Amino acid sequence: MDSKPSDQPAAPGAGGAPAGPAGEVPLRRTVRDALKIVIVGGFGVGKTTMVGSVSEIRPLSTEEVMTEVGVGIDDVARVSDKRTTTVAFDFGRISLDDHRVLYLFGAPGQQRFWFIWDQLFSGSLGAVVMVDTRRLEDSFYPLDRLEHHRMPFVVAVNRFDGPGPQPSLERVRDALSLPGNVPLVDCDARLRESCKGVLITLVRHLATLHDPTALQEAAQ
Amino acid sequence: MNPRPLDFDDPDRLYTVTGGRSRVDDDALDLVTLVVAENDPAPGMQSEHVAILRLCRHEPVAVVELSSHLRLPVSVVKILLLDLRDTGHITVRHPTSATTVNHPADLETLKQVLVGLEAL
Ligand SMILES: Nc1nc2c(ncn2[C@@H]2O[C@H](COP(=O)(O)OP(=O)(O)OP(=O)(O)O)[C@@H](O)[C@H]2O)c(=O)[nH]1
Ligand SMILES: [Mg+2]
Repeated sequence: MDSKPSDQPAAPGAGGAPAGPAGEVPLRRTVRDALKIVIVGGFGVGKTTMVGSVSEIRPLSTEEVMTEVGVGIDDVARVSDKRTTTVAFDFGRISLDDHRVLYLFGAPGQQRFWFIWDQLFSGSLGAVVMVDTRRLEDSFYPLDRLEHHRMPFVVAVNRFDGPGPQPSLERVRDALSLPGNVPLVDCDARLRESCKGVLITLVRHLATLHDPTALQEAAQ
Repeated sequence: MNPRPLDFDDPDRLYTVTGGRSRVDDDALDLVTLVVAENDPAPGMQSEHVAILRLCRHEPVAVVELSSHLRLPVSVVKILLLDLRDTGHITVRHPTSATTVNHPADLETLKQVLVGLEAL
């Protein structure tokens, strides 16, 4: 059953100073609770850039496979790849304190990748929907799914240079038929402070959904 | 991000790695379940098991990070991890504040997340 004899060289850092697989920044040994936030959006909207802007590790990517019958490895193995769909997604993380780490996932918003969504959303605190004002329609499907999952979210508008004036946030809100209580903010995914602001907006929104007065103290 | 053939060497590797098993006990491990090695690899162990134990022997590593470093799909890594758990080679730390529709994150957790983010 062995695919290869177990003779691989030790991982980098083995034997020396503790160095996790992420190289530069291993998780703290005391971490016991990992939290998730998902960033969804259309092709090229800036998901990976956002993950990279706030993550303490360079964004990593991996993939999940699905076959027509579900996540059956049997079928995956017999790759007649017509029957296999692979979805790549990336992620980064932020150590919050000695016990908690926050994982950020960048997930493609296209409908054909629906099968990864359950896994990513499962247990997530909430989501950020990134939109490119030149392709607002790319966000319709993710918005629909988030509502279906009853996953709380905020919308971040990534401004790309393009011809013509940029639509105002109010126009974007209308075009996306966003309810008034869903936070909608501008964002530049390349800037750490901007991404940090989006995440804080999301978490404040979550706290407010939980208890409308939750953050009043903090705000004063 | 288009669907594409699996990008590791040999598609048969998936089948071999898992011994042809397709079972994924889906609830048993989350993407962010943290994995800790409890002991060193035993002689003759399957190479992927060895690789996992080496990756998480100094500190916890999330399932999804193992998947990324091993360049294996998440569902395959989960199968390998359940083997290791069942034989006592690893322990796992489940995400304790994981939310569901009916159980959103508690306020205290959210406040701690805010503190962490503001300190970024
Ligand atoms: N002007 C501007 N450009 C951005 C912004 N965010 C990302 N970009 C650029 O847009 C391009 C795509 O960004 P990515 O982060 O790769 O987008 P993505 O959503 O991960 O793309 P896929 O994973 O391929 O769907 C890159 O060249 C980025 O530098 C932004 O906020 N403003
Ligand atoms: Mg990307």
